[in-house]
Amino acid sequence: MGVHPRAQDYPESFLPGVIPDESELTVGTKIEPGKRYGFFTDTTLCIGCKACEVACKEWNSLPADNMGLSGMSYDNTVKLSADTWRHVMFVEKVDGATGMQPFQSNWLMMSDVCKHCKNAPCLEACPTGALFRTEFDTVVVQQDICNGCGYCVPSCPFGVVELSMADGKAHKCTLCYDRLKGGLEPACAKSCPTDSILFGEVDDLVERAGKRVEELHERGVTDAYLYGAPNTPGATGGLEQLNAFFLLTDRPEVYNLPPAPTRPANRLAPGLLAGMAAMAGLTLAAAAIFSAPGEKRR
Amino acid sequence: MRKPTRRRSLLDRIKSFGKEWSLPRQLQGQSHVDKAAESSMSRSLRPRLEEADSVGTSICPYCAVGCSQLVYAKDGKVIHVEGDPRSPINQGTLCPKGAATFGLLTSPRRIDKVLYRRPGGTEWEVKPLDWAMDRIAFLTKRTRDESFVRRLPDGTLVNHTLALASLGGATLDNEENYAIKKLFSGGLGMVWIENQARV
Amino acid sequence: MPQWDLANSDVILVMGSNMAENHPIAFRFVMQAKERGATVIHADPRFTRTSALCDIYAPVRAGSDIAFLGGIIRYILEKDLWFKEYALHYTNIATIIDERYQGPDELDGLFSGWDEEGKRYTYESWQYEGMTVPSSLAEHYIDTTESFNDETKRLSEGPPPQDMTLQHPNCVYQIMRRHYAGYTPEMVEKVTGCPAETFLKICEALTKNSGPDRTGAICYAVGWTHHSTGVQMIRAAAIIQALLGNVGRPGGGILALRGHTSIQGSTDIPTLYDMLPGYLPQPHAFKPHETFKDFLEMEQTPTGWWANFPKYAVSLLRAWYGDAATPENDWGFDWLPKIIGDHSQLPMTVAMRDGVIRGLFLMGQNPVVGSSNSHMVQRGLANLEWLVVRDFAETESATFWYQGHQVRNGEVRPEDIKTEVFLMPASLAGEKAGTFTNTHRLIQWHDRVVDGPGDSRSELWFVHHLAKRLKALYAESDRPQDEPLKNLTWDYSEDDVMGEPSADDVLKEINGYTWPERKQVGDYQDLKDDGSTACGCWIYSGVYPAEAHNQSRSRCPDGPDGPGTHLGWAFAWPSNRRTLVNRASADPDGKPWSERKKLMWWNAEKGHWDGHDKPDFPRTKSPDFKPDWDSQPQGMDAIGGADPYIMIADGKASLFVPSGLKDGPLPTHYEPVEAPIRNPMYKVQGNPTAKRWEHWDNPLHDPGSPDYPYALTTYRLTEHHSGGTPTRSVPTTAELQPEGFAEISYELAEELGIKNLDWVVLTTARGEIETRALLTHRLRPFHYDGRIIHQIGLPWHFGWKGYATGDIANVLTALIGDPNTSMHENKALTCNLRRGRLGKGH
Repeated sequence: MGVHPRAQDYPESFLPGVIPDESELTVGTKIEPGKRYGFFTDTTLCIGCKACEVACKEWNSLPADNMGLSGMSYDNTVKLSADTWRHVMFVEKVDGATGMQPFQSNWLMMSDVCKHCKNAPCLEACPTGALFRTEFDTVVVQQDICNGCGYCVPSCPFGVVELSMADGKAHKCTLCYDRLKGGLEPACAKSCPTDSILFGEVDDLVERAGKRVEELHERGVTDAYLYGAPNTPGATGGLEQLNAFFLLTDRPEVYNLPPAPTRPANRLAPGLLAGMAAMAGLTLAAAAIFSAPGEKRR
Repeated sequence: MRKPTRRRSLLDRIKSFGKEWSLPRQLQGQSHVDKAAESSMSRSLRPRLEEADSVGTSICPYCAVGCSQLVYAKDGKVIHVEGDPRSPINQGTLCPKGAATFGLLTSPRRIDKVLYRRPGGTEWEVKPLDWAMDRIAFLTKRTRDESFVRRLPDGTLVNHTLALASLGGATLDNEENYAIKKLFSGGLGMVWIENQARV
Repeated sequence: MPQWDLANSDVILVMGSNMAENHPIAFRFVMQAKERGATVIHADPRFTRTSALCDIYAPVRAGSDIAFLGGIIRYILEKDLWFKEYALHYTNIATIIDERYQGPDELDGLFSGWDEEGKRYTYESWQYEGMTVPSSLAEHYIDTTESFNDETKRLSEGPPPQDMTLQHPNCVYQIMRRHYAGYTPEMVEKVTGCPAETFLKICEALTKNSGPDRTGAICYAVGWTHHSTGVQMIRAAAIIQALLGNVGRPGGGILALRGHTSIQGSTDIPTLYDMLPGYLPQPHAFKPHETFKDFLEMEQTPTGWWANFPKYAVSLLRAWYGDAATPENDWGFDWLPKIIGDHSQLPMTVAMRDGVIRGLFLMGQNPVVGSSNSHMVQRGLANLEWLVVRDFAETESATFWYQGHQVRNGEVRPEDIKTEVFLMPASLAGEKAGTFTNTHRLIQWHDRVVDGPGDSRSELWFVHHLAKRLKALYAESDRPQDEPLKNLTWDYSEDDVMGEPSADDVLKEINGYTWPERKQVGDYQDLKDDGSTACGCWIYSGVYPAEAHNQSRSRCPDGPDGPGTHLGWAFAWPSNRRTLVNRASADPDGKPWSERKKLMWWNAEKGHWDGHDKPDFPRTKSPDFKPDWDSQPQGMDAIGGADPYIMIADGKASLFVPSGLKDGPLPTHYEPVEAPIRNPMYKVQGNPTAKRWEHWDNPLHDPGSPDYPYALTTYRLTEHHSGGTPTRSVPTTAELQPEGFAEISYELAEELGIKNLDWVVLTTARGEIETRALLTHRLRPFHYDGRIIHQIGLPWHFGWKGYATGDIANVLTALIGDPNTSMHENKALTCNLRRGRLGKGH
């Protein structure tokens, strides 16, 4: 098991700085603007360690939710929220289990995250342009634009976006937008000990995921299927495709995922939406120029 | 714990509005959902690792797997810790504990002064490091001198003290363990020296 | 075996370990093996996150592991599925044992040599026929005040008696067959609770993946060591691996998954009472260690690598006492303190409580949470004159005097506790330079990138400046007892204005150098017994082989096309070898067993060993080398070219251990000291040699006691680390497991009327704790003899400090020790349970 050949370019203990294109070393992908990136989360490899949750919070300086002991298996962060952008859910199925199968069995563990939908309802609902599609084809809330109107919150069929109690703005996974700009793999995927979370170009990931499903079927895991890849459950109702998609072995509801998510704006004419966005933009501009500063004074 | 945004002057606001307003960019043909919507914060966004003026290799302080970490520091302060992609053990990955090493180094629970509790005391007192070192050296010598056994009653030479003890070492460096064993056993004659290897 | 080598395994048995949770990054190699088709097995009392990822899960009642492993040994022998070419040549399976030997199969649970009065064994009847064999580890290998050096010398007179046809009734093979005859699948099911069908599936998976072309690995952790039979559990695994030819080969081996970052290093360079650096024994007042000559005679083995013992001992004394160590004063041997018994952590607790120990240094350890019988520990701390705690935050052990149990329940007031307490801020990795040794012996340097906050200092700084102060205080003394301190070499340079000593200097001394020139030695083979070399830890020689070459800082991994041994990444002791006993990766003739499992081979043309690793064997010793017994060969001259286990006196893996173990030459099933049932296999209930410290505050439960009907096992969670001080201090980890809890099966909960998240009280004779109930089907009751045996699981990370808190599990546990290691037995106890809370004052 060798590491990436470029690792040998840095034999010293101290480094001159960030390793350029570090993602090549960690996941074999060079990150370039204009390409489409996402996550393939393969639940059959997940050991429920929550490294993704921690790496995300440490990188993005997110505070603890402090939900307390939930009593729901080992899940104490409970859900995705403004402060929890990766969430590992646990479903115990030991009772009545009929045996083991290769890879994860009888205790489901799955790291949930923003899906970065191809047709993202949150983005379509955003009147200010705070939510936008980046050069990496990810969906990001721009904190310097967001005014906390909250339209995005109910529009998300997955319950991902939430307004923060701390600053009133919408927050969710950015797919580590800053890291992508610096050639770094997103924090959660980089930390994942078993590569249950794979980061990469979405088309590559879809291909790999398809092969993985076939292989699992051959090894007897006949329940394995993709959720959110083109033409699979999750990629429904006009969403077309989720850039962060999953391999599951039980019904989507078991993982708290909607079996057939829909896009609220599916039937609205795109032109109308653009006009509304422009109007909203003007309103916001006026507000920004003429109103008193909104930030709290010290 | 997010950083507060800096207050801006009216001129700044007008300037930035000119740059930020997406309509002109949409009219130039950029899409309203991506390029035209890009804010100045998004445009200037970079990973904070790039600000580091020192990047060293560390080893995860938790279990014995030995994952390699890169410690990024700026102006003498740690700005982040993450997995070292070169390591044949972890190849950049870390478990939840290791992934929280930055949180450990910057934990609000850390103490930065010697806390002292006098016999029968009911609270901590802050003490200078030098004072504590002098006092500990004094106590060590006193206890050793009062308890040292050169020979057992049957004449067997033992050269030890049973009144001093040391516990801990599995979380420490080899060099530290070496120094502890050398001073405490080879120098002071302590025999109660143990660590977590038996826990 | 290196952790990454697990990816080459064809079958992996994880037992006595919850690997996915406690060593997630090591588990990544298990997953890689699985991707490549390996079968992964987990045997454990609880269905954990590790179990969920395995192909086969075997529920095994806590403490019944030897019954399970013994069953595997029986299966291998009875089905004749062992790897004959390997085991016949590389183990002592054909060796003939003394005719007086009798085993538990004949003596209903005891071995021959039992001394009922002394509760100990004598070992004469366990020896090879006609010769006495010393243990491979130079640590108190035989409990005797007599020197038996004359007897071990017979090892030089000829090879141990063998019957290669295995027909001799007292050859190890026949003894093992008799010993394990009773460990049938039915008996395994009865004792362990694992269905025979599941057990047999595991036997098949292990044996199918053994032979020239295939290898398997076993991973264990404290799930095996935390027992009164812990050493023998690991021994049983070693027997399986030696029989299946799984040692020294790619993808084969036993991986001990250790819990702290440098717990291996702190064993190699021991902050332990019974050893000096490099596994040299600490001199003992009641052993023939009176003079240096006695010490060497007693501890040097005539044959095998340990014949070099005097070189390592003299070099260590030279490193510690410099020019003051002379041949005339036995290199200062008398200055080393002699131990007089067991000074390990469990008796240390008693010695504190009884006032024997008056001053204690606690460096990065938190015994109030992490030590057995926390109430006794807290009483011990309260009885000290002074206590120095060095940690990065307030720990339970530093705050016992105002928040401890005895303060809260009114047993004592802070005003009455006379302990003078210093809590000193400690630097962490990243804030200090030095090396950690990981679980596969890899010594890795960590840089100092920043300084710790405020007055935080490294332990090295603390010890260095304490040493300087003490040397000054003792400078004028002329008492003989102060000579060792005055003569102790202590000239490490200081790196900065804070006076941080150079870790580099210390590592150079550990590596060793010539004396007095201080030119680094390249390897331990350069060490001498004439005082011309100084070396702090012989097995670490080579880590700093030249003035400007710190190999522990090297960061050159193999690329994807490389051999995958990563010889350029840091340094693995000894001599940068990645796989120990790797001579065994080749057949007796020196050829790889197979192309698929190739690692080392004999290059006849060049006359040396070649391969992907550094050979763990004399490089130029040919496979056909035979000792010249007429010349009474010593040391390595007595080891043949096809004897890979060079640290053992006869060069062969010890299936049967003639000396070195206090509780028998073969692993035998005993119930834990506190067991819910009587031993189903023998009249002898528990390990007869187990250490017990029965005091008024350390009472033990009788086997099957109706007052404590439930089996209790303690464990860790992936989200926290050991005593929890670090992870409970970080919000992002604390929130993941924010509070203590006990895992309880739905069946037991129903019996006792407990609902999920209810408060419950757990009780043992040592104390009571309250915690929350987490109901789960992952924990299931076992059935034995028509009875239901409920088990309760309890994480032990919690305490009263930090962002995640909970009652201290170790309030319930007891001082009970493995006879060989003094390791406590906290994986298998008994307890009681009720719904409710403890009253006020708790």
